[in-house]
Formats: sequence, structure tokens, C-alpha cells
Amino acid sequence: MSAILQLQGVTRQFGGLMALNNVSFDLRPGEIVGLIGPNGAGKTTLVNLVTAVYGLTRGKIFFDGRQIDGMKSHEISRLGVARTFQIVQPFPQMTVLENVAAGALFAAGARNLVEAKEKALEHLKFVGLADLAGSSASALTLADRKRLELAKSLAMKPKLLLLDEVNAGLSNVEINRALDLIRRLVERGTTILLIEHLMKVVLAVCSRIIVLHHGQMIAEGIPSEVVRHPRVIEAYLGSRFASRAQRNSDHG
Amino acid sequence: MVGNNYVIRLATIMMLYCVLALSWNFIGGLTGYPSFATAAFFGLGAYTGAVCQGQGVPMYLAWIFGALMAAVFATGLGLAILRLRGHYFAIASLVVADVLREIVNSATKLTGGGMGFNLPILKLGVDAQAKLFFYLMFVLAVLTIVSAAYVNRHRLGFGLRCIKQNEDAANMIGINATIYKTAAFTLSAVFVGWAGAFYASWVNYIEPGDVFDILFSVKPIVMVLLGKTGTVSGPIIGAIVFLFLEELVWRNFLTFHAGVLGLIVVALIFYLPNGLLAVDFRRWLGWRRNR
Amino acid sequence: MGEYLFQVEKLTTGYGDIQVLWGVDLDVQAGEIVCLVGSNGAGKSTLLRCISGLLPPMGGRILLRGKHLSLAKPDEILEAGIAQVPEGRRLFSAMSVRNNLLMGAYLRRDGMGAIQKDLEFVFGLFPILSERIRQSAGTLSGGEQQMCAIARGIMSKPALLMIDELSLGLAPLVVERLSEALLQVNQSGISILLVEQDVMTAFELARRGFVLESGRVTLSGPTSELANNPTFQEAYMGI
Repeated sequence: MSAILQLQGVTRQFGGLMALNNVSFDLRPGEIVGLIGPNGAGKTTLVNLVTAVYGLTRGKIFFDGRQIDGMKSHEISRLGVARTFQIVQPFPQMTVLENVAAGALFAAGARNLVEAKEKALEHLKFVGLADLAGSSASALTLADRKRLELAKSLAMKPKLLLLDEVNAGLSNVEINRALDLIRRLVERGTTILLIEHLMKVVLAVCSRIIVLHHGQMIAEGIPSEVVRHPRVIEAYLGSRFASRAQRNSDHG
Repeated sequence: MVGNNYVIRLATIMMLYCVLALSWNFIGGLTGYPSFATAAFFGLGAYTGAVCQGQGVPMYLAWIFGALMAAVFATGLGLAILRLRGHYFAIASLVVADVLREIVNSATKLTGGGMGFNLPILKLGVDAQAKLFFYLMFVLAVLTIVSAAYVNRHRLGFGLRCIKQNEDAANMIGINATIYKTAAFTLSAVFVGWAGAFYASWVNYIEPGDVFDILFSVKPIVMVLLGKTGTVSGPIIGAIVFLFLEELVWRNFLTFHAGVLGLIVVALIFYLPNGLLAVDFRRWLGWRRNR
Repeated sequence: MGEYLFQVEKLTTGYGDIQVLWGVDLDVQAGEIVCLVGSNGAGKSTLLRCISGLLPPMGGRILLRGKHLSLAKPDEILEAGIAQVPEGRRLFSAMSVRNNLLMGAYLRRDGMGAIQKDLEFVFGLFPILSERIRQSAGTLSGGEQQMCAIARGIMSKPALLMIDELSLGLAPLVVERLSEALLQVNQSGISILLVEQDVMTAFELARRGFVLESGRVTLSGPTSELANNPTFQEAYMGI
């Protein structure tokens, strides 16, 4: 099975700072992969490189077999890559429906605004925001704004979805709902890269975890391996959390 | 009998102001890029039309060249300066009119330079000429209104509004912001250039300082802010109100009229920050009645 | 049994027409760490704002050492001995770490000597802050900012330190270090009210807990009991 996303030796330098250093990995279609690491490890930079917010200093990125480093953001969006922002970025003066319709219209190829709005409503129903369709995007609570980000990305009909800390600030109930949505997305064939600090989320839903630290990949593997990896424990998890997580994973 | 020539002249200016305001709205109101280049497009259209007619090109064709010249210039200029944001873009666009004026000033052989340019006189009577240019400006205004309405309702307008609110998110969602912004900038120039070409033929004599006057950049901005940005009726209402104020002030305050007009505009902007269309007149009138 | 250092009795408050808290009862004994859990919109931040004097109460009482504080202004509450470490840290990002800490001590009248001692205590808790002492607070990492915010709170010499969302957006290792530091802070005599979404972290620190739901305290008691309560488990613990 060929990879849907391939990073080969991806490096990004900002002046003297190596934000990402020689990172290589593959994402297979239909996976949910977690990307973890301390702040400043390069997680958001990686997403920014895949979506062409920045260019690469070195290396190559392939999406669905096609080399995408060098393309512009909007072109990559139209190929099927969508992302959420850590600090949610709606179009504040538009309604919830219009925000999602924008995704359907410009990335997913809806023929006109009317069709885009119809598709948008379906996506809003999927995330459970349909009754807020007419509200202004700026009037939503944090949890609803995160769902709006998700709906907007879904409207772009992505093959690959890059979720940047969608769960920060959400309560348990809301996180459960978000995870349910994510699982249903994967059933529909979307591949997901999940950047998260909430380890309980990562451990609950990811089939593989990639760990970044100071711009380098220090570990990659299935969750039960990663929580036992000494460098990961030292740099990110801490021994107390790791032993807790190991106990949980042993109990299955 | 339409009425005396003063009224026709006023009506023609009314149409001109509508064209200028609606045109600025494409780049300033919808897209959120504060352009001060309107005077550059206007003057460019005026001089292109004038010089063409001076070379023997028929009037109707010369006007179209004026519009095209402004459009092509805007596209090229846009690719250069639309990558700047906010204040930097405003300043860059402001400088353009001055640069063009100086170029026109120096190219004396082609444009007459500081001595101005005389356009060939039409073989029409004064009344007929006044009516002709009113109808021309009227048709141009209608064309501009139709274009603005179309853009507003369809993909381009929607994309521009996204760009205004969050350009990074717009890029991420699949909007080619560069192309969209350039299209808006070109639209903000083509009807203005056309109007400039009409204007030159209408007044028969133009000078660089006259058609590249910064007021042609500033007034449309005030008109749109007065009405409401981003809509079609907003700029039109703003243009009407602005003209009304301008005439009122000019007739009553000959000496200080520029200053008084400026004061009124500032006061209006303080009390109507979202423009006239945003005011809930029913509530305002209701309050008056309750007193 | 300790005396009640701090008590909230039947507190009601809200924003204009919207009532958020409907008679909240909460208490902290001297020397305790107490936690407050609940989902977004339950009213946790509103409660802290009300206690800090940023939001006037509509009913009920707030008492510190038996003294009525409900109508006090924010600076009076800080002087009385309640400091808050707000959600998102809210540091003075353009000021240096040192100046942020000194701002914490702004209302103190006990002289530079005592303040200097507390600075040393704080640097002992968070050595990384002494390395970054002259850096602008805005350039610190998330974990370092949280340390700076907690240190700033300590610098006001509070009797009660209220922390709103300790672990938000922070790596597990960082949260572990912060928790260890908070235990030391508590041992130095400062009582702590910890508002925290991550129940595991909250229960490892606090002996007693309160659960806030839609502006009311629905459960309270020793954290060991809460952890074994099936309703609580389902709503706040597993995924």
C-alpha cells in the first residue's frame, strides 16, 4: 500500500534556528497518527511546511504520489490536504454556514455558492453544529469554534487532515465527541495526523505515534512502545505519566 | 426639456461619484486593501483618452483605450504592490498617482506637460454636449453597478470577503489570493479609467495636477465609508450624501469650504463609524418621537 | 482538623442578565490543596474572577479567615492574601521575568529584604527562571510562562493561591515538574485552590475536591472517594 504522505529528509531553518532537522516518515491511507513533543519541537512547523506556509530548506514532501514542496497553499488545499489552526481562525464576520461553505466552494470544487452552502449544511450536521448555522462565527464558544474548524476542513473533502491541538481546552465529554467524529472520518477514508498534548487522546485513538524533540524525530512506533521509550520519557512524558500510561496499556 | 445645465452638470458628477465609489469598493471595501490609487487610474484614463484623440483616434475608441490602459496598468501594479499589507500598501498606492503625474508633466511633447492638453472640440451645442456626457456617465454608472452586484453575489465577491477577514485562512482554504486581489484591483481601475477618459472629453482641457489630484483618491474612500463598505447600495448612498454635502458647503462657505467639508466628514465618521446603512433609523426616529 | 482559611458560601453571580453561579459552596482549610473540576462553561473561571474581585457577587459571601471579602476591590483582595494565577498565564509579555515577579510583590509593604528572600525561594523552586531572569516574559516557552505566572502569584505572599488551568497546552513532563513545585509551595505554608481539567493531575495534588456543573457544586469530598464514584468516573475520567 503506497503512502499518502511522505516526508523525506525534511529540514527547515529560520536564520540560526533548525526548526526541523532531517525528518522522514510515511503516512499510510486510513491511519490516525499522533505527533507529539514539547513546545518548540517543530510540530506546527511540520504542518506549516506540508501546507506551504513556509518553504523547505532541504528535503522533499510527496502527497498521494505527487511532489508538493514548492506548490502554493491553495494548490495543496485543492489536492486534498486540510488543516486546522492551533488558534482557531474563522472568518469572523461571516456566519457558521458561510465559513464552512468557503471550504466547499474553493477547495472541494462546488460549482457555485448555492451548492457550497448545501454541502456545508451536511458537514455541519456531521459535526453537530447544524442548529448554529446562522450564527456569527465570532459568537461561538471555544468548543463550538473548534467544531467549526473541523467542519470547515471537512468541507474541503480532504484525503489528509492535519489536526493541530483540536482538543485543547475541551472537557471530557467534548473530547469524546471529537474523537468519535475523528473515528467516523477515518472510516470514510480520511487519513489523520493528530498533533496533541493531551496524551490520553493520543493513546486512545492513534495507531502510531511520532515524537519530535528540538526539530528531530526521536521515536516512532505503536503507542505501547513509545510510552516505554527512554528518550521520550526523558524529554516529554516524565516518569510518572509514563508509568501510569504503561499500566493502562498493559490492562488493554 | 431636461432642465438647466447646472442640474445636468450636477447629475453628471453624481454619476461620476457613483462610479468612483463603487470602483474603490472592489479593492477597499470588499477586499480590505486601502487603495489610494484611484487618482492614478483616473488620470491615466483621462490622458490616454486625450492623447489618443489628439492622434486622431475616434472619440469612442479613445475612451475604451483609456479604460483598458487603466486596467492593464492596475494589473501590473497590483502584482507588484498587492503583496504589501495595510499601511504599506496604502502608501505605495498613494505614491503612484504622484509618479504618474510627474511622468505626464515631463512628457511635454506627448501630453503637453504642465501646459495642459486641449481636446478636439465636439461639433455639438452646449446643451446637447451636457446631455451627452450625462448619458455616458449614467450608462457607465449602471455598468459599474451591475458589475458590483454580480461580483458581490458570486464566487469572486465571496472569496474577496474571506481574504479581507483572514487572508492566511483564505489561502489555506483554496483561494488563490494573488489572483483574486489582482482581479479586484483591476476592477477598481477599469471603470475609473473609463470615467477619466469621459471626463477629459467633457471638460475639453486637462492638466496633470487636475486629473491626478489626490482628491480623486480620497473622496471615493469617504463616500464608501459614509455609506457602508462591501455592499452595492452603500457606496451609492455615500456618493449621493457626499455630493449633497459638498454642494451645500461650497455654496455657503466659499472661503473655507475644504476645511468645513473636512470637519463635517470627520464628525460623520465619528458618529457613524459603520456608515449610514448601519444606522437603525427606526430606533432613532422612535426616540425622537418619545421625547 | 484545620480551621477554614477560606470559604465561599452560597455564592451567586453572573454577567448582566445571565446568571452563571447558583449558590456555590466551597472551602479551603489552612495548609490544604483543594481542586475544582468541571467542564467548560460550568463557571470555574467565573468563580475565580468573582473571588478576585473582578466580578461583583449577586448574593452569598466570600470569607478569608472569617473576614467578609465579597465587596472588596481586586487590590484589597490581593492585599488580604488571595492571589490568582489566571488561565493562559496573562504575563506582562514585554517585561522581563524579574519585573513580572516584582510586579507580583507590588502591594507588599514588608521591605526589599523580605521580597528578596521570596525571590530566592521562587528561583529555588524554578531554577530555569533565574536563567531567564532578564528575558522578556513573552519569549518563554509555555511551561516556563506557567512557572513565571505561579512565581508571580507567590511573590504577593498570599495565604491562598488560586490556579486556573495548570496543565493547559503543556507537555506531561512539564506538568509533572509544576506539580512537584506546587507541593513545595504548599509545604511552605501557602494553601492552594487548583482549577484543573486534567483530573489525574488534580487528584494527585489535592486531598479534597469539588465538582462544578452548570454553576452548582454537585459533588465534593476527598479525592479518593470522588475517583471511585462511578458517575464521576464516567463524566470526567476515562475516554
